[in-house]
Amino acid sequence: MEGLTLSDAEQKYYSDLFSYCDIESTKKVVVNGRVLELFRAAQLPNDVVRQIMELCGATRLGYFGRSQFYIALKLVAVAQSGFPLRVESINTVKDLPLPRFVASKNEQESRHAASYSSDSENQGSYSGVIPPPPGRGQVKKGSISHDTVQPRTTADPQEPASPVVSPQQSPPTSPHSWRKHNRHPSGGNSERPLAGPGPFWSPFGEAQSGSSAGDAVWSGHSPPPPQENWVSFADTPPTSTLLTMHPASVQDQTTVRTVASATTANEIRRQSSSYDDPWKITDEQRQYYVNQFKTIQPDLNGFIPGSAAKEFFTKSKLPILELSHIWELSDFDKDGALTLDEFCAAFHLVVARKNGYDLPEKLPESLMPKLIDLEDSADVGDQPGEVGYSGSPAEATPSKSPSMPSLNQTWPELNQSSEDTAIVHPVPIRMTPSKIHMQEMELKRTGSDHTNPTSPILVKPSDLSEENKINSSVKFASGNTVADGYSSSDSFTSDPEQIGSNVTRQRSHSGTSPDNTAPPPPPPRPQPSHSRSSSLDMNRTFAVTTGQQQAGVVAHPPAVPPRPQPSQAPGPAPHRPVDADGLITHTSTSPQQIPEQPNFADFSQFEVFAASNVNEEQGDEAEKHAEVLPVSFQEVEKASDPASSLRVAKTDSKIEEKTATSAPANVSKGTTPLAPPPKPVRRRLKSEDELRPEVDEHTQKTGVLAAVLASQPSIPRSIGKDKKAIQASIRRNKETNTVLARLNSELQQQLKDVLEERISLEVQLEQLRPFSHL
Amino acid sequence: MAVCIAVIAKENYPLYIRSAPTENELKFHYMVHTSLDVVDEKISAMGKALVDQRELYLGLLYPTEDYKVYGYVTNSKVKFVMVVDSSNTALRDNEIRSMFRKLHNSYTDVMCNPFYNPGDRIQSRAFDNMVMSMMVQVC
Repeated sequence: MEGLTLSDAEQKYYSDLFSYCDIESTKKVVVNGRVLELFRAAQLPNDVVRQIMELCGATRLGYFGRSQFYIALKLVAVAQSGFPLRVESINTVKDLPLPRFVASKNEQESRHAASYSSDSENQGSYSGVIPPPPGRGQVKKGSISHDTVQPRTTADPQEPASPVVSPQQSPPTSPHSWRKHNRHPSGGNSERPLAGPGPFWSPFGEAQSGSSAGDAVWSGHSPPPPQENWVSFADTPPTSTLLTMHPASVQDQTTVRTVASATTANEIRRQSSSYDDPWKITDEQRQYYVNQFKTIQPDLNGFIPGSAAKEFFTKSKLPILELSHIWELSDFDKDGALTLDEFCAAFHLVVARKNGYDLPEKLPESLMPKLIDLEDSADVGDQPGEVGYSGSPAEATPSKSPSMPSLNQTWPELNQSSEDTAIVHPVPIRMTPSKIHMQEMELKRTGSDHTNPTSPILVKPSDLSEENKINSSVKFASGNTVADGYSSSDSFTSDPEQIGSNVTRQRSHSGTSPDNTAPPPPPPRPQPSHSRSSSLDMNRTFAVTTGQQQAGVVAHPPAVPPRPQPSQAPGPAPHRPVDADGLITHTSTSPQQIPEQPNFADFSQFEVFAASNVNEEQGDEAEKHAEVLPVSFQEVEKASDPASSLRVAKTDSKIEEKTATSAPANVSKGTTPLAPPPKPVRRRLKSEDELRPEVDEHTQKTGVLAAVLASQPSIPRSIGKDKKAIQASIRRNKETNTVLARLNSELQQQLKDVLEERISLEVQLEQLRPFSHL
Repeated sequence: MAVCIAVIAKENYPLYIRSAPTENELKFHYMVHTSLDVVDEKISAMGKALVDQRELYLGLLYPTEDYKVYGYVTNSKVKFVMVVDSSNTALRDNEIRSMFRKLHNSYTDVMCNPFYNPGDRIQSRAFDNMVMSMMVQVC
């Protein structure tokens, strides 16, 4: 037999017919007598009937198996449509109307049949043969005693069709309308409640006439009086219609269609209220399910664990395999537990199965758990809820978690959190240029009084060292500039302590990445802080390594840290003599600043340097440099061991840079060597933390710085406020910057030399060591 | 596209075997059975190390002239064996891995079903569908 493809309507219809013919409830074979009756009702000539029988193989087999029966039905339809009877025509003829079996009474039936077939939607096409579908009224869910599973199910669909067919019909009256509607002579449905499967044919004929009677019957049955057959999971009989099979227009016709021809048609009791969708859950059903859910799990928003559900559903006496399948279908999120929605879906499927509906391969849309569980549980009224069901699958599909709502809710949270995470990383904003730096420097300078000298100096060095990048501001043409910048910066910070304030400013700017988003208010501030920040960071990173761990600090320009070192290294030697003056004072301070944290050390030196080389207004944020320079300076002076010398060299280089930069800046200044120092000092300033502790030292050096500053052309304090002045200072800084850059390269060279020396010394030390240990 | 997929329980009895319909299924059953030895060998070889370190995907167990057999074992010693056609050269290792991953996920879903008793044959339709989708599409 060729594969027979049936449309949904056909499928249902044929199933119904088969059930009808299957008087003996064999589910496999229909009685020939019945079949022949059927065929006769088809109003086909006898020879055609014979041909059909031959074609479908019944003649060969001697009986009508289901497949034969179906093929025969299809052939009847073919014949009735006027197509030649061929085996191939079974599948080739498209849109074949349903076979019409006309009983005595009505032509309308044939018309109905015709319309029926056209309404494939209305699954009602269950030709009423079968007893009212389970949904009707009482679905018997649990009681096995109810045998009329299938008929019921089949009947149900028909009713639902009515609403579809005749929209004006309200569900309860569906049977009525159904009757009118060309529901195919499923008149049997109406009868069914009364008569049972018996005279199926009569229903056909009486489709029309029966309608009224049926209606009465239906109406009688429609309101689902809780019937005995309602789910009896050993439970109170629930509401009436378990399954309101609504021959759904849209959905799952396919699923339900395969109604097993469980003909034990007696489920007349079933009354389905409205059939929009065979899988839709009516209000009563849903309420029942919810109640059942509560008995297991009082919290409607909670879950029923798998084991409890297993016990519960096992009571329904369905085979484990089917229960397993139902579980697979209904546990949407595959978590081994059932939410209210899932539970209702499972329950519904169990009811359907008990009523003879075959289980669908995939979950019908109307049963899919809604995304928002909360809404669901609240939504007892089904119809809207069910509609929502269909809508929900779309939503539900994407995510299986029962906590969809929570998912939805988390989304905004995520956004927020993401915003939080959008913390700015310390943007090493290389500050632009000099202008900003300059301004900052000036501001800083102007800001502090006593610390002025120091601050700018501090700033400078730091800038110097850090920034090669920061060309502009570095150019402290004069100590004034530096001072100004410094003070101005201080003014920004409005801290009593310039340095501290500067430092803080920079620190806040650079170090705290989160704070980066809000750099200190005054425009120049951020800038300088940027530059500074880079230097700050360097310092900070070093500081951090030592002990301070500040977020983002390390992240901050990593490049910066190294700078001071190299810059410093080359610095020392040449500038040493120059720096000696200032250095001496510095050296007094801790020359051995931690190499890694020249910052600390540098501060003191910076101050010294700053004092000595205040002029330099290095926009350079390389605090490190600044710090290193002073350190290097000191160390250089000390001419201590290579390690320290390195550092010293660095500081020296810084200082040199500063001096170099300051030199051009301060032409007048003879203290060329001092120029670099101010820069490192300035840079130093950036490292707020260090600045703070170093404040004292700075103050000490203030004198030196002051001297340096004095030597430098005074930078108008108002620069910070005065654009022109700022620009001028910026220019100066730029010049200084270039000079410093040159100096830097030289210092780098020196650094290399010193490093080589160091290496050699270390080797020697190593050689000596073994002896010492011996 | 596999020609045969089998799920073997810890005690080495099959929980699920499905072959491409046109092939001689018995042959595949035999191949799966022989591959169990190789699987055990691989497990024990790695067994010295901690179980965690053992990778679930075992890779090619052994090739024959016509077929290649791949293995995968879960932490509960449930084995998945897949026989693929050698002529199917397009199948890369990654694809085999993803197929096993899908298998594993489906198997987990089956396990989650409270109505499924571990040790039973797998009769889940969903699992079946998934396996069929991975099978060679032989008409």
